[in-house]
Amino acid sequence: MASKIGVYVCHCGMNIAGTVDVPAVIEAAKAMPRVALSKEYKFACSDPGQEMIKQDIKAHGLDAIVVAACSPLMHEKTFRRAVEAAGLNPFLLSIANIREQGSWVTEDPAKATEKAKAIVAGAVFRAARQEPLEMRSVEIHRAALVVGGGIAGIQAALDLADSGIPTTLVERQPSIGGYMAMFDKTFPTLDCSACILTPKMTAVGQHENIKLMAYSEVESVSGFVGNFQVRIRRKAAYVDHTKCNGCGMCMEKCPYKAPSEFDQGLSQRRAIYVPFAQAVPNKPVIDPATCVRFKGKKCKTCIKFCEPGAIDFEQKDSVEEVTVGSIVVATGFQPMDAKKIPQLAYGRHPEVYTALEFERLNNAAGPTQGKILTKDGRVPQSVAILNCTGSRDTNYHEYCSRVCCMYALKYAHLIKEKLHEATVFDFYIDMRCFGKGYEEFYRRLQDEGVRFIRGKAAQVFGGKEYKAIANAAGFIDGLEDHQLVVQAEDSLLGKLIRVPVDMVVLTPAVEARADADEVGRKFLVSRGADGFFLEQHPKLAPVSTTNDGVYIAGACQGPKDIPDSVAQGSAAAGKALGLIARREVEVEGTTASVVDELCSGCKCCLTLCAYNAISFDADRHRSSINEVLCKGCGTCVASCPSSAIKAKHFTDEQIFAEIEGLMSM
Amino acid sequence: MSFEPRIVGILCNWCSYTGADLAGTSRMKYAPNVRVVRVMCSGRMDPTLVLKAFQEGADGVLLAGCHIGDCHYISGNLKTLRRIPLLKRVLVELGIEPERLRLEWVSASEGARYQGVVNEFVEQIRSLGPLDLEARRLPATASAS
Ligand SMILES: Cc1cc2nc3c(=O)[nH]c(=O)nc-3n(C[C@H](O)[C@H](O)[C@H](O)COP(=O)(O)OP(=O)(O)OC[C@H]3O[C@@H](n4cnc5c(N)ncnc54)[C@H](O)[C@@H]3O)c2cc1C
Ligand code: FES
Repeated sequence: MASKIGVYVCHCGMNIAGTVDVPAVIEAAKAMPRVALSKEYKFACSDPGQEMIKQDIKAHGLDAIVVAACSPLMHEKTFRRAVEAAGLNPFLLSIANIREQGSWVTEDPAKATEKAKAIVAGAVFRAARQEPLEMRSVEIHRAALVVGGGIAGIQAALDLADSGIPTTLVERQPSIGGYMAMFDKTFPTLDCSACILTPKMTAVGQHENIKLMAYSEVESVSGFVGNFQVRIRRKAAYVDHTKCNGCGMCMEKCPYKAPSEFDQGLSQRRAIYVPFAQAVPNKPVIDPATCVRFKGKKCKTCIKFCEPGAIDFEQKDSVEEVTVGSIVVATGFQPMDAKKIPQLAYGRHPEVYTALEFERLNNAAGPTQGKILTKDGRVPQSVAILNCTGSRDTNYHEYCSRVCCMYALKYAHLIKEKLHEATVFDFYIDMRCFGKGYEEFYRRLQDEGVRFIRGKAAQVFGGKEYKAIANAAGFIDGLEDHQLVVQAEDSLLGKLIRVPVDMVVLTPAVEARADADEVGRKFLVSRGADGFFLEQHPKLAPVSTTNDGVYIAGACQGPKDIPDSVAQGSAAAGKALGLIARREVEVEGTTASVVDELCSGCKCCLTLCAYNAISFDADRHRSSINEVLCKGCGTCVASCPSSAIKAKHFTDEQIFAEIEGLMSM
Repeated sequence: MSFEPRIVGILCNWCSYTGADLAGTSRMKYAPNVRVVRVMCSGRMDPTLVLKAFQEGADGVLLAGCHIGDCHYISGNLKTLRRIPLLKRVLVELGIEPERLRLEWVSASEGARYQGVVNEFVEQIRSLGPLDLEARRLPATASAS
């Protein structure tokens, strides 16, 4: 047991010293058992602060250190390094969190000081019983996995592969590309989306270091940083892609159709299909829900027209396992279902469109070859774009979806460009043009004559529906049945307005995918209150997660535009590479182990371990723990009826002592 | 002087401790009565830790871990969830009101929830009054005398 403990209480400028009476804590610490010295310092984490601790360890022969400062999640590593540099085992350090859980959360200085003393006592009592531990070093597998082939995942995979790292890219859909593949133009530069995306997609398809697994999903992940074992299920495509030459005859001849997911249901695709012309891989899959052979009929059209004989109705799902050192999760977002806001008439009126539908309508390769037409083929004379559909709205999503203002401006421009005569209204709460060149784009649109109305659209009526209530709401001259009326409060005029238009485009919120929960669990990545994956630190570790070796990139972390998604894709790849370049990682030896003499062989622990790290030696009638598989959660420790399992660095004695300390003040 | 409850909080590292830290970085003020022990997972929350806290004079014990399904170690919290009912029965046997032990799920993004849970629990314990185990230790000695 340590007998010469050094206690250091940090002021953290005024962050701690502004509320906590630091000298009083120092005095209290001096009276605690086994404390040899107790000092204060302005910023303990600074170089001179660390230097002081190192000098004291050497000069006074301290055998355990307590630093009362910020959260251990912040600086435990920093101080462990300092302690180690002075020749002490890093596990002989204990942190008292008197900032995040002390000064910052307590109003009354006297109570904050009292609490700080108790927290320090807990750490002092614990420190006395801490034991030296060795770090374990594990080799890092020189391979990476990227999950999700949107622009963020594509960028991450290309960066990794270009650096020579064998990379597996898993995409759920038959093609990579994500939402970006659906756009005609991208704001604010109005580059053609396909022109900038297709070369990247092709590069993925052809890269010697990328193994592209489209139409596949990760089934399970086991292992740990440096050594993840990943099981990937490739869905049966009923087409042997090694034989298929992508000629497309099958798709031309297939007699059965279903609404095209890629075109948002605005056009039809065949039962055997590729989602879009530039798909990568450009090999078709058969959709069993549409193909009549799966309903017992005997159609043979595709078989007949497939020259290489690639059609294979016997094909089954296949499962592959890969081992990788690090993982990038880039599974993107989904747009909110606009039907959740019934007053906006989506799904009730044919001329109310979602943004993605409008992207397809406006796309040269889309259902109308890029002509902006109503469903009955008319050229709209007026279009209203409604911003913030379900965003910045406590009924749906409190947050801002970040991209809608900008793509609304993009649409306004594209409509003006194609239909010179049309009037375009944009209903907004605030115009958020935060990016490079974005504000300039907004200015340009103002000059192009778009009618910006500051006010969130509250309701959309069909023309006929409106006429029925026009008595009360006020008549609109010349309103036709097929038109729509947008009602909003113009907050600049302070007036309720009703605008008749031929077409309405909604901007549904960017939200976390419906299965983000399940995906998060697979990769042990937590989610924030908004449902998106949670980064390790909102400012300082934006692509890391609390699961070492797993990184996040793109819109799965929160709404973002293409430039930010690409930046995160590269950042995540950089982090993954940085890890792989180290070849080895040190992992804390804070695992559990069985104390042989105490184990009664009851086997209670065996079924508790989520990692199958515990095995039973029938000859010796004892359990034993594989330290490589053990993650140190302590569940078995808490359940062992004989107290025969010891959680290193979290032993009963250490926690008991901490409780005694906390209660001693 | 009014009764100030002394409470031991045992929080899992990944969700609840991080959530408590978030309350701090967001400068949310809450009652100072909970003193925290950090463990890696709520799965480590051994009944003996709870009993130890009461023995050392705690008036209440707050356990907090990741929401079900969010445990960093997959299912440690489920195992703790199963232990609590039995532990509460043991508490009753020991003459300790089971309400003095509370298990809560607080995620890493729920600073405000942590603040709320602490404030509420402190008030609950305040209304229960001091535990004062010594005074409750009577029956055996009482019948002897
Ligand atoms: C209507 C609209 C218009 C936009 N216009 C622009 C614009 O003009 N300019 C701009 O900069 N930004 C624009 N954006 C934003 C842009 O769409 C996003 O920045 C970008 O799509 C984010 O890319 P991502 O790779 O993170 O996600 P996604 O594009 O969502 O890609 C994720 C990929 O992962 C796959 N996936 C998901 N889950 C799994 C899983 N479990 N396993 C395997 N694969 C999975 C998906 O199938 C998908 O291919 C617009 C957004 C919307 C909604
Ligand atoms: S890690 Fe939080 S409960 Fe298991």
